[in-house]
This record gives sequence, structure tokens and C-alpha cells, in this order.
Amino acid sequence: MTLRDERVTLAHGGGGKAMRDLIESVFTSVFNPPGMEDQARLMHASLQEPGARLAFTTDSFVVTPVEFPGGDIGKIAVCGTVNDLAVGGAKPLWLSVSFIIEEGCEVALLRRLVASMAREAEKAGVRIVTGDTKVVNRGACDTVYITTAGVGVIPSGRDLDARSIRPGDVALVNHVLGDHGAAILAARGDLMLSTDLESDCQSLGHLMEALIAAAPGTKAARDATRGGLASTLNEMAEAAGCSVELDETALPLRPEVKGVCEILGLDPLYLANEGTLVAFVPEAEAEAALAALRAMPEGQGACIVGRAVPKGNVPVTLRTAFGGTRIVDMLVGEQLPRIC
Amino acid sequence: MCLGIPGQIVAITDEARQMAMADVSGVRREVSLAPVALGPLADLVGAWVLIHVGFAMAVIDAEEAAATLEALRGLGEAQETLEQMAEGAKALEDQ
Amino acid sequence: MRYVEEFRDPKAAKALIAAIGRVADQIGATREKPVHIMEICGGHTHAIFRYGLDKLVHEGIEFIHGPGCPVCVLPMSRVDDCVTIAERAGVIFTTFGDAMRVPGTRKSLLQAKADGADIRMVYSPLDALELARRNPGKEVVFFGLGFETTTPSTALSIQQAAREGLTNFSVFCNHITVPEPIKALLDDPHMVLDGFVGPGHVSMVIGVHPYDFIARDYRKPIVVAGFEPIDLLQSVLMVLEQIRDGKAEVQNQYARVVPEHGNPISLAAIADVYERRPRFAWRGLGEIDASGLRIREKYLAWDAETKFGIGYAASPDDEPEGCECAAVMTGRLKPTACPQFGRGCKPETPLGALMVSSEGACAAYWTYGGARVAAE
Ligand code: SF4
Repeated sequence: MTLRDERVTLAHGGGGKAMRDLIESVFTSVFNPPGMEDQARLMHASLQEPGARLAFTTDSFVVTPVEFPGGDIGKIAVCGTVNDLAVGGAKPLWLSVSFIIEEGCEVALLRRLVASMAREAEKAGVRIVTGDTKVVNRGACDTVYITTAGVGVIPSGRDLDARSIRPGDVALVNHVLGDHGAAILAARGDLMLSTDLESDCQSLGHLMEALIAAAPGTKAARDATRGGLASTLNEMAEAAGCSVELDETALPLRPEVKGVCEILGLDPLYLANEGTLVAFVPEAEAEAALAALRAMPEGQGACIVGRAVPKGNVPVTLRTAFGGTRIVDMLVGEQLPRIC
Repeated sequence: MCLGIPGQIVAITDEARQMAMADVSGVRREVSLAPVALGPLADLVGAWVLIHVGFAMAVIDAEEAAATLEALRGLGEAQETLEQMAEGAKALEDQ
Repeated sequence: MRYVEEFRDPKAAKALIAAIGRVADQIGATREKPVHIMEICGGHTHAIFRYGLDKLVHEGIEFIHGPGCPVCVLPMSRVDDCVTIAERAGVIFTTFGDAMRVPGTRKSLLQAKADGADIRMVYSPLDALELARRNPGKEVVFFGLGFETTTPSTALSIQQAAREGLTNFSVFCNHITVPEPIKALLDDPHMVLDGFVGPGHVSMVIGVHPYDFIARDYRKPIVVAGFEPIDLLQSVLMVLEQIRDGKAEVQNQYARVVPEHGNPISLAAIADVYERRPRFAWRGLGEIDASGLRIREKYLAWDAETKFGIGYAASPDDEPEGCECAAVMTGRLKPTACPQFGRGCKPETPLGALMVSSEGACAAYWTYGGARVAAE
């Protein structure tokens, strides 16, 4: 199937032949979904195991710019949904994908995004089995938005739940913090900063399996996306019914991320990540967990960042390098660059 | 007020507009050298400056920085001696 | 990071905290009868809370958080003026991120942006200049905000625009100065203050002598301080030592950045572009004589007030009901003692000036938990 157009027009959303050409040429030829029906019909042995549970999640992705160092919106759309499944203890199996495309979007860009999604899906061991596209007027969206939904299986006996976190449990991360947020800020260009930073965008399914194998007592994990580690820990602590104390000296940060934060007056704890999770494990399993994480490419930067403590007045505090303490609050709105 | 941060001038980018590239911990940003351009701009390459809203507002004085830290070092050592003495005294009491 | 990491060394901090404790004891400072030290600059307020220094130093030391946050002291009516300018057709309104969330009486710039105004956050007035070069058909207005640290950057940008003949660039000038409000605070009969930690980055522009009157006329010590925790602790120690020794001097802890006489090029640019307004309004403090700047006649072509016909009008006292900002700013009340603190007034819904920016005393208290952690 050939598609001659260089840019997407409203005709490609019209339901006719132009649309079919676009879909077949750009999407289905790459994703190769099973069957010809408008639905995926799926079977997996793990679903038949007694006690196995189905996990189902969805997320929408909006990123400016759509291509950035270390990834693109397509890769994030796969990683994000895979990670939502994985940190809940599910083995990701299938994804759906929907594109909202702005009129005028380059077809070549779509092809790159689709190729990137296919690559990441293969790496993560998931299949993209169904999808949809819509085209909207110029200005009605910013280049392209992607929504993915994912289905996975939680094996019998596995129950990750923030409510089971107890004082003494250790909080660990697999990666340095804030790479994605800082890389995107620089990539946007309006602040005229240049760095070699790349987004940490990566799928965490295999890493979670390795973690659980090494530390079967793992209580819960979340990926620290929007709002950064600070917001994620606040959510977890509130669910857990205990507080979390972070250790400032233990927070892993690249010099460039610190640089971006110093220049713009931002706090790296609130910068977004796209391939960084925080997990709580019992103290006795912490060493094994760290070793397992570090043995994987996704977990090279693994370290302990803090621990669960008895419930205090606030969900998350940070012990500073001098032994002072401060609150690590939820983010109010968006972090804005500041001069004062 | 007034977030200011040390960075190193790595290159002059626009002589006429007195612009230069500064490096802050691996992050690069073009800044104006206007406030510190007392001599030839080229002399500022390699200098550490205090950057505020895209302007190099001051050249950081390495000797003054060293002097401040030196004064602290004395204080730090005195503190350690004090702590050791306190520990020594405590050890004696415990005996 | 050079010149940063060294000044965050926990060992040095520990030694300083111990030394501060000893001198505070020598002075006889206690929780009931504390020594009151005002850090003038919001950057210092922020650092004190961010590093938890307030809880680490001797309990006989009480920090009073000064008026040095330009966003916090900006009158609401000036935010309204910004919104009015930004809503004009053909205008690109540029601002530092700090000002985006500040409430005006109608709306904040963030809300105005959502309503369709072309408002852009920039890191530098240079970026606004660049926008003006790239958009010759638009009027690019820069929201000139800040103390003497920031004033040279807009002055130099206006000079640059003049040199290039860039006529679609203008500055909405709200620059203010540090010494005048300090004098106003010192003249306030309610004020209880034993010494000052002086603003380091303002001083790198104006030097240390503009504070001479504090030592000479009011007999209070002041130490110009850097912004890392070690800088702050060392400055507090220097202030305490002066108090103990019965001295009142202007000292410079931040000599690596602050020259005694400031920065001659920056001072010349300020003098060339700006002149003093007879008076200017400060949120929480009222009008203060000669505390604000406006653009001189020879640069009126780059003056947004002139271009858009906006004048300075003394804003009536427009503080919301129950707001205790003035009392907090003069050190009479702790933020937590304001009845609105954490109730009507939170960072997401700021009522008073001091909750607006992360540098405001109330916001710093709330965000980093002076009160909430202490309540444990
Ligand atoms: S809590 Fe709000 S209203 Fe009260 S003093 Fe602080 S800023 Fe003003």
C-alpha cells in the first residue's frame, strides 16, 4: 500500500479511502494486529492460571516537543502504559493505541513515531493489537496526541499495594531523578538552555519482574512520572497510612539536572520521570533488591532514597544534609521557572 | 530574591552584543557579559561569573572564596577538637 | 558544582551551628527573649527553610523574614495593569515565571493566558528582546520586576534596544530598591530587630555602603550574605558576634561576589535608564518614598507605561480581610499566627502577598513546614 501524501489532511480522517491508505500504510503494516475485525480477540495461557487477575489501564500522552533527546511521544506512550501495568505487579501483554493527529502533521513524523512504538513494544514484550486514528483541524491539537490502553496479567498470589507499606520499609529507585523533566525543558528551546541530557523514557516490565524475584516481599511500586518523586511518594504515603522520610544526601541526580534546577530555581524532586520507579521493600530484602535492579540496564542507577516511618503530621519529609528536616509537599500547579 | 548562580564562561559568541556561552554544571546558556566587560571580552573566557537572568553580574573572586572557606576550616577543626574532648570526658565518666 | 558544593558542606555547617549556639548563650538569648535577626532577602528566607536552618540554630535566635521578595510586595493594581497590557491585541507579554501566579484584583497572568492573551515566560529580558527581533509586527512587552539585582538587566536590554533601533520592545517597569523599605521598617515603632542579614545579590550591584545608615544611624549590625547554607550560617554568626561585642557595623561575608563599591557598569546603566519615582506602593507596607524606579524621558520610546497610557496611581489599601501581612513583614507576628494561614490562605489560593511566591515568608513556612513539622 502506498501513501503519497507528505502531510496529513482532513481527508485522512474522513472515513474513506484516504483514511484506509493512511492507516494501512503507516499503522497496521507496522503494528500488524491479529485478525481483520474491529476488535482484538486474544488468548494467553497465563490468564487461565487459577488466581490470576487481569490488569487494565489507560493513559493519554501530550508532549512538546513530540521528539526529544532519548525518546518521542510514541515511545512514551508505550512505556507509560507498560509501566503503569508493571509497577502494579502485572505482566504487560497487550496495548491499544489511538492517535489524534493535527491536520498538517508530517506523514514521515508519524512513521517515525510508529516505528519507535513498535521497537519499544517489542523490547517490553507487549503487542499492539488494536488502534484508532482521528484527524482534527489545524490548531485543534498540537501535532499529535496518543492514547494507549494496556492489559496485563497479575500472577496468582502477587498483591502489590501501597497500603501494605510499614514503617522500616526501604524506598528505592532504579534511576537518577529528573532526567526527563530537565531534558524536555531544555528541548523546548524557549529557555535557550542546551544540555546533553536525555529522557529516562524506558519500559520497566522486565525490571519489575527481576525486583519481585529478588525481593518477594516487595510491598508496592509506582512510576514517578508527572510531579516527580515528591508527588508519587505523597500519594503512596497517604495510601500507606505511614510517612516517608527521604535522605537528601542519597538522592541520585545528574550534575546537568542540578544545573537546570539551579538556573531555573526548580526542585528536582518535582521533575517528571518516564522510566523511574520507586519501590518499597522490607529492609531485609533491600540489598537483594538493589543487586537485582543494578543487574539490569534499566536499573543501573538503583539506590535507596529513604524509608517509611511512623505516621507524622505530613506524608513526606526530607532530612537535609545538615540533619534539618523539611516538608516535601505535593506540587501546587506546575513548577514555573523563577528568578527570585 | 534574585536567584544567582555560578557558571564558567567557555566562549565568546557575539563580540558586538557582548554575548558569551556559559556552562553551569554541564548546562549551556548564552549570557550577556555587559556588566563585567571592563576589559577585552576574550579575557573573560575561563572566568567564573555569577549569572542572574541571563547576565554575568559579577566575576567571582577565587581568592575571596578561598579565604571564606579557610576561616571555616579553622572553625571546623576547633569544633572537632571540642567534640573529641567532650567524648574523651564522657568516656572517663563512663569508666 | 564549583562555588556551590563547598558552601553546602555539612561539617562546616555543624561547626557554625555550634559556634552560633555559643555566642547566643553569651548574649543570653533564650526562646522567651530571643535575638531578632531579619534576613531582608526572600532568597535567604527560601534557603533558611529549604535547608531547615531555622530549626538547627540555637532556639534563642528568631528569624524575621524581610520584604525582599519582589513578587510578594507588588501591589495588586500593578498586576491588573499587566493583565490590561497583555490583553491588548498585537501584544506579546513576557515575564519571569515568578509573576505568573500572582493574583491581581481581576485575575493572574496565568488566568489571562488561559483566557487567550499571548503571555510567555522567559528566563531573561534578553529573550524578550530576541522575541521582539523575530516578531517585528508585534509589540513585545517585558515585565520589569525586581530589586537592584535585576534592574541592570532591563536597563542594559533597553540600551541594547535603543542601539538596535528596536521600537517594538518596551519594559513595564516595576523595579524597586532595597534601602528605602529597610529605613521604613526601622522607623516603625513596632519593629523589634537586633540585626540584619543583608541581600548578597543586590549588594553585588550596589555595594555595601548603601547600608551604612543602618549601622550609623540606627546602631544595628548588618552582614551582607551569600545564599548557600554556609554563607547564611556564617553571616548569622557574624551578626551575633557584633551584638555580643556591642558593635554595629556593615560587614561583607559574600566578598567572593560582592565588591565594596558594587558593579560600576550596572550602576551606570541603571542611572542612565531609570530615575526614582517620588514614591511607590508596597503590598503590606504601603507607599514608601523614593522606593521605585521609572524610565527616564530619553528612553520613553521603550516605556510600556507611556506606550499604553498607564500611570502609577497610589493603590488604596487593597489587602483582603483578615490578612496580617503587614504585621508578619514587620516581625510582629509569625506567619502561623495569622488567622488566614493554612485556612483561607495557601500557596494554591494565596490571599496575602507573603503566600504568593515561594520566597514569601508565609509560603516558605507552609511549603517547607516550619509550622507543620514543628507541630509534631
Ligand atoms: S497567611 Fe496569607 S494573609 Fe496571613 S499574613 Fe501570610 S500571606 Fe498574609
